[in-house]
Amino acid sequence: MSHLAATPPPRLKLTLKDRVAIWRDSDLWLSFKASPVAILSTAVTLLIVIAAIFADVLAPQNAFDPVALNLLDGFAHPMERGMGSSMLFVMGSDEQGRDIFSALFYGTRLSLLVGVASVIFSMVLGIGLGLIAGYRGGKIEMLIMRVADIQLSFPAILIALLIFGVARGLIPPQQYETTAVFVIIIAIGLSNWAQHARTVRASTLVERNKEYVQAARLMGISGFGIMARHVLPNVMGPVLVIATINLALAIIEEATLSFLGVGLPITQPSLGTLIRSGQKYLLSGEWWILLFPAMILVILALAINLLGDWLRDALNPKLR
Amino acid sequence: MSDPVISVRNLQVEFVTRRATLRAIDGVSFDIARGEVLGVVGESGAGKSVTGAAIIGLIEPPGRISGGEILLNGRRIDNLPPEEMRKIRGRKVAMIFQDPLTSLNPLFRVGEQLVETIRTHLPMNERQARDRAIDLLTEVGIPAPEKRIDGYPHEFSGGMRQRVVIALALCAEPDFIVADEPTTALDVSVQAQIISLIKKLGRERGMAVMLVTHDMGVIAETADRVAVMYAGRVAEIGPVRDVVQRPMHPYAKGLMGAIPTLEAATDRLVQIPGSMPRLSSIPRGCAFNPRCGEAFARCCVDQPAPLPVGGRHVACHLYETLEAVR
Amino acid sequence: MLAYLLRSLTQATLVMLAVAFIAFSMFRYVGDPVASIVGQDATLKDRQELADSLGLNDPFPLQFARFLGNAVQGDFGISYRQGRPVADLLIERLPATIELALLSALVALCLGLVLGIYAALNRKGVIANIVMSLSLIGVSLPTFLIGIGLIFLFSVYLRWLPSFGRGDVVAFGWWTTGLLTDSGRKSLIMPVITLGFFQLTLIMRLVRAEMLEVMRTEYIKFARARGLSDGSVHFRHALRNAMVPVITITGLQLGSIIAFAIVTETVFNWPGLGALFVRSVEVVDIPVMAAYLMFVGLVFVVVNLIVDMLYFLVDPRLRGGATVPAR
Repeated sequence: MSHLAATPPPRLKLTLKDRVAIWRDSDLWLSFKASPVAILSTAVTLLIVIAAIFADVLAPQNAFDPVALNLLDGFAHPMERGMGSSMLFVMGSDEQGRDIFSALFYGTRLSLLVGVASVIFSMVLGIGLGLIAGYRGGKIEMLIMRVADIQLSFPAILIALLIFGVARGLIPPQQYETTAVFVIIIAIGLSNWAQHARTVRASTLVERNKEYVQAARLMGISGFGIMARHVLPNVMGPVLVIATINLALAIIEEATLSFLGVGLPITQPSLGTLIRSGQKYLLSGEWWILLFPAMILVILALAINLLGDWLRDALNPKLR
Repeated sequence: MSDPVISVRNLQVEFVTRRATLRAIDGVSFDIARGEVLGVVGESGAGKSVTGAAIIGLIEPPGRISGGEILLNGRRIDNLPPEEMRKIRGRKVAMIFQDPLTSLNPLFRVGEQLVETIRTHLPMNERQARDRAIDLLTEVGIPAPEKRIDGYPHEFSGGMRQRVVIALALCAEPDFIVADEPTTALDVSVQAQIISLIKKLGRERGMAVMLVTHDMGVIAETADRVAVMYAGRVAEIGPVRDVVQRPMHPYAKGLMGAIPTLEAATDRLVQIPGSMPRLSSIPRGCAFNPRCGEAFARCCVDQPAPLPVGGRHVACHLYETLEAVR
Repeated sequence: MLAYLLRSLTQATLVMLAVAFIAFSMFRYVGDPVASIVGQDATLKDRQELADSLGLNDPFPLQFARFLGNAVQGDFGISYRQGRPVADLLIERLPATIELALLSALVALCLGLVLGIYAALNRKGVIANIVMSLSLIGVSLPTFLIGIGLIFLFSVYLRWLPSFGRGDVVAFGWWTTGLLTDSGRKSLIMPVITLGFFQLTLIMRLVRAEMLEVMRTEYIKFARARGLSDGSVHFRHALRNAMVPVITITGLQLGSIIAFAIVTETVFNWPGLGALFVRSVEVVDIPVMAAYLMFVGLVFVVVNLIVDMLYFLVDPRLRGGATVPAR
């Protein structure tokens, strides 16, 4: 025993290799390897994300540059060559001769951007408010949690619509287009923070009564910073699950808003905008303008949802 | 002794999990006669409750009875089709659970639950069943039963609820009743009342009672015979006075040594070192051998069979060798 | 009983006040009430006078009180875009939305219960697993795509059902219904399915989870130990207990179904409140938005009250005292 007291315990220094080794030994990785659904949905999600990031390089046509379009190519069927440019339209083209396949790259990019940004926004907001509610308690806690309760009982889409409407009322009309992306990110983000706040508050309540926080308080140091550092690792699991599932929801929400005509303008099209513009051709028989964006949207949302479902089960064996 | 009401022969119960098949009960045998109370003791996980559930036919998947037989009044009941078994359950064999707070459905009046059970098993109309329910409540000692019958479970105290549970178990005059730790969840002051009620009802109605508990005091007071279980096997079974006062199996000795008594006020209670093995890692030979102070080579190889010694059965190699030496 | 009722009512009032406050803030500060009446080219003096006569320079609490008073009497101001009283617009479109929402809720509740119970009782069954997997796809399928898919199949391809509108309606005073005419009924089918689908999957999953939870309880084990029939154990004992949380969440869903109608109504050009709201957001018609918010808030609060009462009827533990024992 004495030699232990003489030499301080060696400090753990993890190389990247160690970290990889630890990760490969973790339950999460083992459960991932054993789940075909998780592997498949990760692969699909990654594929779509990569395609979206490198849209400029990968898309055959710069679909939203009017110069690149040829009106004679309009309404090409899938796998048909355009009458103007004789380019091959794998997924057909719309009335302006825009290649649907290329439009998908750009549309997905914007959908993902809005989804990810709004999820990060709601995460930061929710975690912050949850921490404050749990740490401060009293009236502030009651106010925050009451607002969260009320908000959770209304559908996110309604709240997002309201926020969007208010923003429109405050922003001069000539700036609608330039601010649309930010407005929609904030609208969706504000409609989804409550779940994060609930989760974080619950674990903050547990942590607040632990001795180190009390001790810090007694010493006159704010326990808040210390506690936040301890609470955050504990809630990472649930927060990650909520964030994943919220990402799918946010992408659908954005598509819905854009479909309703109150989201992104046609100059900055997301998947929802593409679907909206495709809807008018459905009755006249040009089904491909709508079908392909809709398919990508559903596949993306389903893959992320399945991933979230798997993550929840993997992090919480009790629920299985 | 008359023919036993319940006769368990070499019972085996297995739980099939993804990793392995775990044997929760491994060759348990005993009889219980009319009016007799068999106490079953042992640490948690020894298989006491599973044995009770097996007799009553309530082992749920992934568990199953994998061997042996259970006889009720001489008739095999462990292999009956589910619907047949359901008719016997509550009619011939009944069970009382541990926690009266959770045993009663909170959304139904006590009377509704009684009447439903009575009418499931006996050909009575609503009126007759209700009268019988009131009689039963009187019998288990609930004051003003005509009034309380229309109360909801949450309006009863813990002890009163357990009385209601007992009344529910008695609805169709069963021949055999399993009481699975019926007093664990109750206040100490109420425990004795409930135990003496079960004992009294057993005597009066000539029921066979299997009283599962880990409370040696309750056993000493109530039971006629006692079975000590360890890791899914019966270590020792015999008349309660013999086993409690002069236990033979080393595990039973340890268990009895752990009871505080007024007469021998020692400073420390005797402890059994170690803990019971998990089902997945029951040692070879006698399951108790790693914790046994008297173990010898054979204990780690052969599983001891129950050996008649005096009026009891002991599953321990110690007594075989003693006999052999003698 | 009275205390319980009173507490529910107080809470309802508080929520309603909060919603009204948000609506008022929007009404007063987001839009420009003066500009909406006199137009952009009025002089500053005109504006001042109008602001005074509208009471816009009064202290804040007084303005809020006036707003509340008007709202209680059904006066939500004049729509900026349509120049008609907002209340008239709402009343006109109310029956279409209520009819759609109630029918969808009914379908979702009935089917959700049946499927949820089935999935719980046959947990390992093939059909139960297929139903559960489909419900996950249902969650990932945006409502508007379901609607579009239905339109494509039944209106464009098969030509069985109309793709938009309510068809012919019959009026009873201010109320209108499509249930009494053939075209009205046909027009209802697809919107009802579209609106109800998401709720259906939700209710089904909830019922299944609650049933499984209840089936594990001691009182169900004890009911089995008494030899009660499977039918009684499942449908009398387990179902009734599972219904307690199901009622709450389903009730809350009923409130949100009205709001969800926004999307469905847009897809099918349904002349209801949701479509009106989307239009008003698009053109920043603040009075209509504020009034719609109040309407949804009211529905939410009323549904909550009803749920509280139902709870009270189903769970005897609430009737005895004020405290709710843990299950």
